[in-house]
Parts: sequence; C-alpha cells; structure tokens
Amino acid sequence: MGATGRDGVPRLAVWKFASCDGCQLTLLDCEDELLSVAARVEIAYFLEASSAAGPGPYDLSLVEGSISTPDDLERIRHVRRVSRRLVTIGACATAGGIQALRDFADVREFASVVYARPEYVATLDRSTPISAHVPVDFELRGCPIDRRQLLEVVAAFLAGRRPVVPPHSVCVECKARGNPCVMVAHGTPCLGPVTQAGCGALCPAFNRGCYGCFGPMESPNARALNRQLRELGMSTPELVRVYRTFNATDEPFLRAGDAAADEAAREAGDAP
Amino acid sequence: MDAVVIRSLDPLIGELRSRGYTVVGPVSRDEVIRMSEIDAESDLPAGLTDEQAPGRYRLGPAGDGMFFGFAASPDSAKRFTQPPSRTLFRMHGETVEEPEEPAPKVALLGIRACDLAALAVQDRVFLGGRHPDPGYRRRRENLFLVAVNCAVPGGTCFCVSMGTGPRATSGYDLALTELAGPHRFVAEAGGERGAEILRLLPHDPATEADLHAAREVSRCAAEHMGRSVDTDGIKERVASAPESPQWQEVASRCLTCANCTMVCPTCFCTTVEDFTDLGDGTAGRTERWDSCFTLGFTEVGGAPVRGSGAARYRQWLTHKFSTWFDQFGTSGCIGCGRCITWCPVGIDVTEELAKLR
Repeated sequence: MGATGRDGVPRLAVWKFASCDGCQLTLLDCEDELLSVAARVEIAYFLEASSAAGPGPYDLSLVEGSISTPDDLERIRHVRRVSRRLVTIGACATAGGIQALRDFADVREFASVVYARPEYVATLDRSTPISAHVPVDFELRGCPIDRRQLLEVVAAFLAGRRPVVPPHSVCVECKARGNPCVMVAHGTPCLGPVTQAGCGALCPAFNRGCYGCFGPMESPNARALNRQLRELGMSTPELVRVYRTFNATDEPFLRAGDAAADEAAREAGDAP
Repeated sequence: MDAVVIRSLDPLIGELRSRGYTVVGPVSRDEVIRMSEIDAESDLPAGLTDEQAPGRYRLGPAGDGMFFGFAASPDSAKRFTQPPSRTLFRMHGETVEEPEEPAPKVALLGIRACDLAALAVQDRVFLGGRHPDPGYRRRRENLFLVAVNCAVPGGTCFCVSMGTGPRATSGYDLALTELAGPHRFVAEAGGERGAEILRLLPHDPATEADLHAAREVSRCAAEHMGRSVDTDGIKERVASAPESPQWQEVASRCLTCANCTMVCPTCFCTTVEDFTDLGDGTAGRTERWDSCFTLGFTEVGGAPVRGSGAARYRQWLTHKFSTWFDQFGTSGCIGCGRCITWCPVGIDVTEELAKLR
C-alpha cells in the first residue's frame, strides 16, 4: 500500500478505542522531541491533537484502547485496512486494560446497577486486546506507555528496524538505575521480577513496589514470586488483586491471579 | 612504608579531594548502605550494622560508633569500572564518532577484600587476552582504592571459602583496619601511590599492640562467615552435572529476573543496542549491562538458545564455578554473597552447589 503523503513524508495516525487517552497523550508529552516527530512524519489523523482528520491510508497507526463494544469490532478492521503498520500502545490495547476486569464478572449485572436504561448500553462481555481481532505489527506495553519507548518505536518503524524494547524484568532496569531492591531491603511486596521493563523502574526508585503496569516479562515465574509475597505478609485476596489490575487477562498474570483466587475460595471454604 | 595509625579519616578524604578525586564511600540511604560521594567522615554510617540473609537485608543500630560495622553493600566497584550503559559510537551520514568515555578520578573508600578480588577478576576479563578494553583501562587506572578490612561479615558471606578475604592482601592503594578503644585505624599502603598520601597524613607509628588488634579483627571475621562452599574439585564437580535434576528444581524457584547477575561484582555481560534518531539522521550504538538470565542474551535467529530457566541457571552457576577457570584462569565467584542476599526469593548459591554433590 502506498500511503506516503506530501513530499514523501510518512503519514501517522493515532486511534482511540476503550481507554483513558493517557497513552496517546504521551505523544503530545514528547515536548522536546515533538517538533522532530512532526518534521519526520505527517500527523494525518490524531483527534486528540487536531480535529483536522486527514484521509487514509496511513504508514503507521498507533492504536490505543481495547475492544469493548460491537462498534469497536468494526472500526478496528477499518483501521487495519487503512494502515501499513499497526502498533498498539498501552495496556488497554495490548492486554484489554483495567476494563478487562469485567471478564471476571457479569457485565449485564454491572450495567443494571449503574445505568437507568441499561438496554441503551451496547457493550461486549469481555474487553480484549487489539491483537485478538487484527494482526498487529508491534505491541508497546505500559499503563501508561513510556515516552522514550514510544519515540524509540516510532523511530524504529520510520527506519524500518526492530524496536529496542527489551522484554526482561524490571529488576534489570532497577539495578542499572542503582535502586536498592525494595523487597529485599524493606520487605515491600513488588511485582518487578515478573514484570516487563520499560518504565525505568519508576516505582522502586521511590521505594514503592512495582505494580506490574507493563505486564508479564518474557519468562515470568509468578508461582515462585507468590511464595515470597506471602512470606512478606501478603494475604490471598491481596495476591489476587495485585495481578488483577492493568494487565489482568494477560495470560501469565491471569493464571497467577486465578491460582490465588482458587486458593482464596478454598480458604473461604475452610473457614469455620 | 610500615603500617601507621590514623585517628581521623578527614585528612585522608581531604588529601584525596585535593588531588582531584571524588571520594565515594558507604552512606546510609533508604535503609541500605550505598556507595556514594562523601565530603567528610561524618557522612559515614557510624554505628550501623546490617543483617543479611537469603533474600533479606536490614540495616539497624549496632550500638557502637564504628564506621564500617557492616558487610558488603549492594554496590560493588563494578558500577565505576563498568558503567550500566555507555555509548560506543555515533554516526551521522558517513561520519563516525567514538566519544571519549568519561573516566572520572574516583577514590573508593571502604571497599572490601572480596571487592578487590572481584576487580582482579575483572582485570583479567577486560584487560587480558587479545582485545583489552581501553575504556575499562582508563576507568580502572583512575580508581584509588582504600580498602577496609571486614570486621563484621554478613550472613551470606563466604570469602574464606573462596580464598579472597576477609583481609585485603593485595590490589589496594591503602588498607585500613578499624579499631575501637580508642577509635583509630591501622593504615597500610599497598604501593607507592598509597604511601605517598599516607606520609602526608597526621599519623603515629603502629605499635605491636595495634598490629595485633588489627590481625585479631581479621581472625575473628574469618571465624564468622555466614556461608561456606566446599571448593575441593568444584570445577569438575559442576562441569560433570549438566543433567542433574537439581537444575529443574532450582528453576521452579528462580524468577529469571537477573538480580543475581546485576549485583555480582564479576558478572560482566553486556548487550549492544543500535539507535536511530528521529529527525537528524543520527544513528549509534550503546552498550548496557545484560544478563545470561534474559532470553535476548542467547537469541539467535529469533529464538533463545537457553529458553528454560533451568538452562539459564545452569549456565550461570557453571560459568561462575567451572568454565570461568577455563576462560580466565580463576573462579568467577569471589564469595561476597550479594547474589544470595539480593535474590528476591533468596536462592542460595552455596546451597545449590552443595546439592550438586
């Protein structure tokens, strides 16, 4: 598909599905680099930044948000059709996002409590990542995504190379940054060892445990980590909750949360 | 130059600073001993001690005024000899530019015998062989090493087993032994560079009693190792166990998070990453710390060679205690115990080695 626009400049589109807009805002947050981006690409479709929506096709589409409505199902196919490269950005687009917590419950039940006329709400039973519906060229993790990684992905796609986005644990970044381990030194529960790097080990740098915003790392051993989290005093319901956040239905975190939930159910059954 | 006694570290710190050194020593920060810039001995963590166990580190009061009453901190000299990341080159069009790497003059005050042993291992890695690393050489030459003999080994220490401590015997510019009653240091120079500075400091000759007290510190420390390793035939023992079921067992506990390799003062593995700038046509290559515990480390043709946690743990342990001898003529392990303390789930390398028997 020959999408290239004016003067041979690649055309960029930014799309929103079920999301909070934080990830696409990260592009606008690239204050120092924004002019370089704008010089290298034509920002053809980016409603968050401009209501002037240029027609497709596009060389690179950044897609934020999960698929949560019947309408989304149609629209993502359109986005795929008009995009030469499609990159999903953020936990909603790559893993279903925090709204995928609906998968663990009955969404109609929620709707009946929240809305006066729930029949007006057209929504799907589950919130799913973009890759569950159309082929995706690259998934950039995070809740929200990291600014430097976004620039790296855009630069890599413009240069036609593989983005440098390492899938190893947060611990590697933590040690490179010179943070002491909050688990070892303070006994603070931390998901860093099972979570993919990318944030620059932000929370541990401020003596907080990792919340797992970037989803499971390349070879997570949540079972082993959970034993230690229990040693540090985490209860079974707490263990369920730490995995059921932004990446709750990403397979390794789903299994880790489910295993803890099964245990919680057993504990409840055993209770006198 | 004979050993002398100094009463305060401030003249030493001042002299090093006047010679252009940034003095880096132990400080207490975020409840951990860190190696950080200091201005005076009052910055040192007086009266603090650490409790170290597998997967556990706690700092607390020792009830004395000693400056160095703790064992190895998570920081070794590695960060100063081999920074976590560095730019190898940049290119713009046809022009390639190799930046002069910064090699700051740093005086490390309070590094331990195990750390000196680690530096000797690193020297073999980076300066031995046919391709010495000039950046490492410059950083290494700009280090001034003030060792402190360990008085209080940690619960995960095993330098005695590895023959690297607790007393510093070589590789330092100055070695100090901290003594109480009255508080003082026995100072020894490891060469002319150290002696030259020592002569300038206010000092008294060390008496036989001082020297005896200093020897006693090391003798007591040697008796209080938290861990031990049977090193007899270790190279062959580990090499002959590639099919041991122990690798699967440890993999069930291992997070493959890479913390052990990051805190290890001899683990030197890196990866290179290429970058292209967005706008101005600049490209380049950076080098950063990597680990044999990441999948990318052995990725060939799109898939890792060592895909399982068992394969990766086996690689690490086998390299440290066996193939390192083949490659560099020494053990890769110097017995500091950092990998045990800083493993989030407390995997103990000394226990794993014992189970391989």
